[in-house]
Amino acid sequence: MHEKVDVLIIGSGASGAAVAWSLADTKMRILCLEQGDWVKPTDYPTNGRDWEARLFGDFAINPNRRARETDYPINNGTSPIQVVNFNGVGGSTIMYTAHYPRLHPSDFRVKTLDGVADDWPVDYATLEPFFAENDRVTGVAGLEGDPAYPHHALPMPPLPLGKTGKCFGEAMNKLGWHWWPSDSAIATTEYDGRAPCINLGHCTPGCAQGAKASTDVTYWPHAIRAGVQLRTRARVREITVGPDGLATGAIYYDAEGKEHFQPAEMVIVACNGIGTPRLLLNSVSARFPNGIGNSSGLVGRNLMFHPFAHTYGYVDEPIDGNTGAQLSLWSQEFYETDRSRGFVRGYTLQLHRGAGMIVDAIANTARGFLPWGEAHHDVYRTIFNRKLGLSAICEDLPEEHNRVTLDPVLKDSNGIPAPKIEYTLGENTKKMMAHGVARSKEILEAAGAKNVGSDAPMLNAGWHLMGTARMGTDPERSVVNEWGRSHDVKNMFIVDGSIWVTSGGVNPTSTIQALALYIADNIKRRLADATLFD
Amino acid sequence: MTYETLTDAETRDLRALAGLMIPASATHGVPGADDDLIFPDILRSLERDTADAKTALQQLVTLSGGAFSDLTAERRGEVAARFKQEGGAPLFALNRVVLLCYYRDDRVMRSLGQEPRSPFPKGHVVEQGDWSLLDPVRTRPPMWRRV
Repeated sequence: MHEKVDVLIIGSGASGAAVAWSLADTKMRILCLEQGDWVKPTDYPTNGRDWEARLFGDFAINPNRRARETDYPINNGTSPIQVVNFNGVGGSTIMYTAHYPRLHPSDFRVKTLDGVADDWPVDYATLEPFFAENDRVTGVAGLEGDPAYPHHALPMPPLPLGKTGKCFGEAMNKLGWHWWPSDSAIATTEYDGRAPCINLGHCTPGCAQGAKASTDVTYWPHAIRAGVQLRTRARVREITVGPDGLATGAIYYDAEGKEHFQPAEMVIVACNGIGTPRLLLNSVSARFPNGIGNSSGLVGRNLMFHPFAHTYGYVDEPIDGNTGAQLSLWSQEFYETDRSRGFVRGYTLQLHRGAGMIVDAIANTARGFLPWGEAHHDVYRTIFNRKLGLSAICEDLPEEHNRVTLDPVLKDSNGIPAPKIEYTLGENTKKMMAHGVARSKEILEAAGAKNVGSDAPMLNAGWHLMGTARMGTDPERSVVNEWGRSHDVKNMFIVDGSIWVTSGGVNPTSTIQALALYIADNIKRRLADATLFD
Repeated sequence: MTYETLTDAETRDLRALAGLMIPASATHGVPGADDDLIFPDILRSLERDTADAKTALQQLVTLSGGAFSDLTAERRGEVAARFKQEGGAPLFALNRVVLLCYYRDDRVMRSLGQEPRSPFPKGHVVEQGDWSLLDPVRTRPPMWRRV
């Protein structure tokens, strides 16, 4: 039996780290349980010659392929999009691209503006100070003045344009379309003890330099110095409840498989849009036979990914290839609704640099471009370091049949039932993807690219996991209220992407963290006036 | 984690296949994937793809009507062409391991103008570029919807 804490946070990723840091100034006893380990800078693949090979091994983005002890398996079923993630201190920020856009103001009002899905119970203006605070702690690089966004300050200058960016910029200008350097969670100058980016290549396998703002190098050092305790290799099986219906703590397994009970006054769930519903559905009791906090029946439902429509082509002269961050430019030309396109809502276009030698070879083999035999060498030399790629990151609308359930057979190494994904693409999304591919081809044509092709949706691109414990004011139509507290369990909060009402069409980490800071702020204010558990 | 190893017969077939996938090239001054340094790396690197590799190599034997490595060069080409069409996911996994070992060989990397080194700690140089290219975008009115 462990000593009772005031706040128990489950999960140390994007949102868990932010909420821990924010609550630290209350001087409450705060403990975070994390199923994975710390990742040391020397662990990252870019330290070694085998760095690309490890993207298909212990640093694979798909947990079923990576299969570390600290991962849990996921039954992706027949889903056209597979879940990708990382389990460790920092969560999936360890392996994200650090592309760091905010949701737009319109994203919070989709019902009002476009007549689909639901409005959020919060808005951009409410979150704006938390976006700013998050940008400051995270350290965001970019260029102010993007006409696609309300003005916001950025602490560091943008990532370099490079040869690839020049190609894209000239093509976009030719078409008269919007493009802009991305807000990137990558240090371009020394920042808060972190060294600046030295262009190790793609950021996905983690940053040996420490320039990428994964939360193990941003929020956590500050939170730990302020007294928060972080316990690794602690895999939570269930949240427990008392006779009064309040959460009493959590049962977890340590690295040796030994069971522990950690009592707490308050539980905050931060396990992402798959891990959170899995945990809630596994937390069954007489009071909550369908899973804790699930009186609405919506835990696990309304799963949203961002379907990625990837389009590519090859230019004649070598460009940046793998040097530099993969993502440093975006276009919001097709973000806001234009009904003449045949769908509502929209997408961001991410403009990519290329890939490393091995990934280039493997991808082009999959595309059927790279032959066997004598011709292999000649063909490879016409495509290596010449790829321009674009991804339309499409807004996914919430549909209840897209969901996370518990697999009746598959379990993790501790015997905890694994999540099962049931997901199909909506008609609106399919039209949006087709539009994104068509516009991307026009951009590639303007850039002089040849051998143009597309993968839509990308299979291994279920990075963004949203909607499975949605927020709202109506307990019958949502799982948590407008400040993240469970409608059913008044001392349980959810702070990760599962509380999103709609998905927007941007990478979600910035908004996930701003929301976590907003919820933490609400917790602190309501603690002060003794209304937190009312 | 421990993985199965290939039998001697499977190893011979894989070496013959690797050399057919990526043969040595005098024109480009590069070895083939069946090279004395590269091929052992392929064997060591099968790891979690070993099961797929064995499945693929069994299919290759079936298509060959015996050991692939015993076929004439002409016949190997015919069988390989069919194998490429029919090999599916196991062949793709096997092909991936061949590629990831081939394209990290020092000689191959140098032939493509790449430094054979880890990305860290030296990093790379990406040109800063001319941000005046953004001038047409800077003049655009706000695009985001006010709500």
